[in-house]
Amino acid sequence: MSRLGQGLRPLVESLIAGLIGLGVGALIMWAWGYNPWPAYRVLFQESFGSTYGLAGALANATPLILTALAFAIGARAGLFIIGAEGMMYMGALAAVAASLPRLPAGLHPLVSLALAALAGLLWGLIPALLRAFRGVHEVISTIMFNWLAHFLAFYLVANVLVDPVRAEKTISVARTARLPLLLRGTDLSLGIGVAVGCALLAYLWLWHTVSGYEVRAAGANPEAARYAGVAPRATVLGVFAVAGALAGLAGAVEAMGRPPTYAVYSGLTNLAGFGFDGIGVAMIGRNHPLGILPAAVFYGGLQAGARLMQMWAKVPFEVVRAVQGVIVLALALPELLRILRRLGLLRRVRRHA
Amino acid sequence: MTWAYFWSLLSISLHAMVPITLAAVGEVIGESAGLFNIGLEGILLLSAFTGTLGAKAGGPLAGLLAGVATGLAVGFVFGLICAFGKGNQLIAGVGLNLFALGFVAFGLQVLGSPGFHKVPDGSQLPPIRTPVGAFSPLIPLALALPFFVHWLLGRTRVGLRLKAVGENPEAADVAGIPVEWVQLLSTMAGAALAGLAGAYMSVSWLGSVTKEISAGRGFIALATVVFSGLRPLLALAGGLLFGFFESLATWIQSLPGVKEVVPWQFIAMTPYVATLLVVAGVIGRVRFPKALGVPYRRE
Repeated sequence: MSRLGQGLRPLVESLIAGLIGLGVGALIMWAWGYNPWPAYRVLFQESFGSTYGLAGALANATPLILTALAFAIGARAGLFIIGAEGMMYMGALAAVAASLPRLPAGLHPLVSLALAALAGLLWGLIPALLRAFRGVHEVISTIMFNWLAHFLAFYLVANVLVDPVRAEKTISVARTARLPLLLRGTDLSLGIGVAVGCALLAYLWLWHTVSGYEVRAAGANPEAARYAGVAPRATVLGVFAVAGALAGLAGAVEAMGRPPTYAVYSGLTNLAGFGFDGIGVAMIGRNHPLGILPAAVFYGGLQAGARLMQMWAKVPFEVVRAVQGVIVLALALPELLRILRRLGLLRRVRRHA
Repeated sequence: MTWAYFWSLLSISLHAMVPITLAAVGEVIGESAGLFNIGLEGILLLSAFTGTLGAKAGGPLAGLLAGVATGLAVGFVFGLICAFGKGNQLIAGVGLNLFALGFVAFGLQVLGSPGFHKVPDGSQLPPIRTPVGAFSPLIPLALALPFFVHWLLGRTRVGLRLKAVGENPEAADVAGIPVEWVQLLSTMAGAALAGLAGAYMSVSWLGSVTKEISAGRGFIALATVVFSGLRPLLALAGGLLFGFFESLATWIQSLPGVKEVVPWQFIAMTPYVATLLVVAGVIGRVRFPKALGVPYRRE
C-alpha cells in the first residue's frame, strides 16, 4: 500500500496542480468579466465528450508527445533543453522539403521523417557542442537558437519553399508522403502511432538499457556518474541528438499529418507554441515517457476545446496557456502535497493516501 | 556616411540598451542572493502589457508604476515558490514564461486587437528633446542604476549580507541572517526592475504592446548577467553591447541598397548570434555564487 502510495504521489500532485491551474484560469476569466463555468463546460465537453472531440485531442497531442519527450529526456540527463520550438520548425520544413523529389509511396513518408529528425538533430548540434566544450548554459543557447530558427523559418517559408499559387503557405507535402488519417472526418493521423512509438522506445531506452541508465545517473548525480565512468560530454551530445531528433519529428508529423493543407503557414501560425507547450506537458507527465502520454492528451484536449470555447463562450483560447503556466509553477514545488497539508487544505487526502 | 546615420545608430542603441540593462542588473541582485530567475522574459512581457493598461488609465507614470508593481507581484510569487517552497528555479521560471505568453495573448484579445495594442500618444512617456534627437528619460536612469547597485552590493551591509546568502547560505543562517527573506526581497527587487524594463518598452520606447514585444530580451539579459559575472558595471557594458547589436540590425535595414541584397530575416538574427558568440567567448572566466540555483535547506 505504501509503495502504491509512493507511485500515486506524482499522479495526485499533477492532478492537484491541474486543479490549481484551472482555478487560476477561472479567476482570470472572472476578473475580465467572463463567466468561467460555461466556458469550462464547453471546454471539457468539446474536448473529451465525443469521439470527434477525442480524435481532436489525440491529433493535438501528437506533436506535444514528441516535444515533451525531447524536453523530458534532457531533463532526465540534467539538461534544461528549451529549444524544441526551433528544432520543431526545422523538422517541419525538412519534411516539406522532402516532398520536392518524387519517391515511391511506401518509402516517401519514411524518408521525410528521417530528414526531419536529422534537421532537428542538426539544429541542436551547436548548443550541444557549446554546452559540452564551452560550458555555455543550454537555457541561453537553445533560446537564441529558437529565435534564429524563427527567422530562418520565416525566410524559408516566404522565399524557398513558398507555394507558387498561394503565397501565404509553403508547398503542400506530396500525397505520397502524407501520413494516412485514422478516422474519417477528423485530423487524427498515423502520426499518433509515431509519437506513441517514440514514447515507448524512450521508456525502454531510459529504464531498460545501460546507456539509458547512464543518462539518468548523469542527471541524478553528475559527480557520482563521472566517477563511475560515464563520459559527461558524450552524454550531453547524445541526449541533445535524441532530443533534437524527437523535436524534429514533432514538426514533421504536424506537416505530414494535418489536413487539409499539409503545409507550413507564413508566420508559422500552425506550428508556433508546440515546443514550449511540450515543456508543460513534460512537467505534468513528470518527465516520464509513459506519464507524458496522458498529459499530452489532456493538454491537447484543452487546446482543441479552447478553440470551441472561444466560439461558443467567447473566451479567448489563449487563457489555456496561462492555465498551463500556473500548473507548471505549482509543479515546481517539490513538496506540493506536504505544503498544502500544512496549510490545512488537504486533510482528507492525507487519510486516504 | 552622414552624421544623421551616426546619431540614429546611437539613439537606437541607447534605447535598446535600457530594458536589457535594467533586467540584467535586477537579475544580478537576485542571483547574488542565490535565486536564478529565467522568468525574466515573462516579466518583461507581462509588465509591457500592464504598463499599457496603467498608462491608459492614469498616464505614463502610472504605466511605469504598474510595470514595477507587476514585477514585484511576480517576484513575490517566484520568491515564495523558490525561497520558501524550495522549488526548482528553472521550472518555476519556465512556468512564469508560459503563463505570461498565455495571459498577455488573452489580454490582448480581450482588448479587441489580437496581438497588438497601441499606447495612446498622450499616455506615452514624453521624451527629452535634445538638438541631436529625442531620448527617453529612462536612459539616464539605466545608465546610473548599475553604479548604485555596484555601490549597494559591494559597499553596504545590506549588499554584503545579500551576497553572503548567495555564497554560503549555511554560514549566513548561522550568523543570524534570515536566508529565505533575503532571497525573497532580492528576487522581488530584481523582478521590479524587470517590470520597469517591460513597462518602458510599451510606455516609453515602442509606444505599443504586442505578443512578441519581449523578443528574447529576457534571455539576452540572462546572457548579459553571465557576461557580467554578476558585476553590475559589466552588466551595463553588456547592455550597451547588446543594445548596439540590436540597433545594428535595425540600422543596417535602413541603409539604402542593403535590403535588396540581404534578406531582412538574416539581419534580424544579428542580436541573437552576437549573444551566442559573446557568451561562448567569455564563459569559463566568470565565477558565480556557490549556492546559485540550489534551494537552501537547513540541515
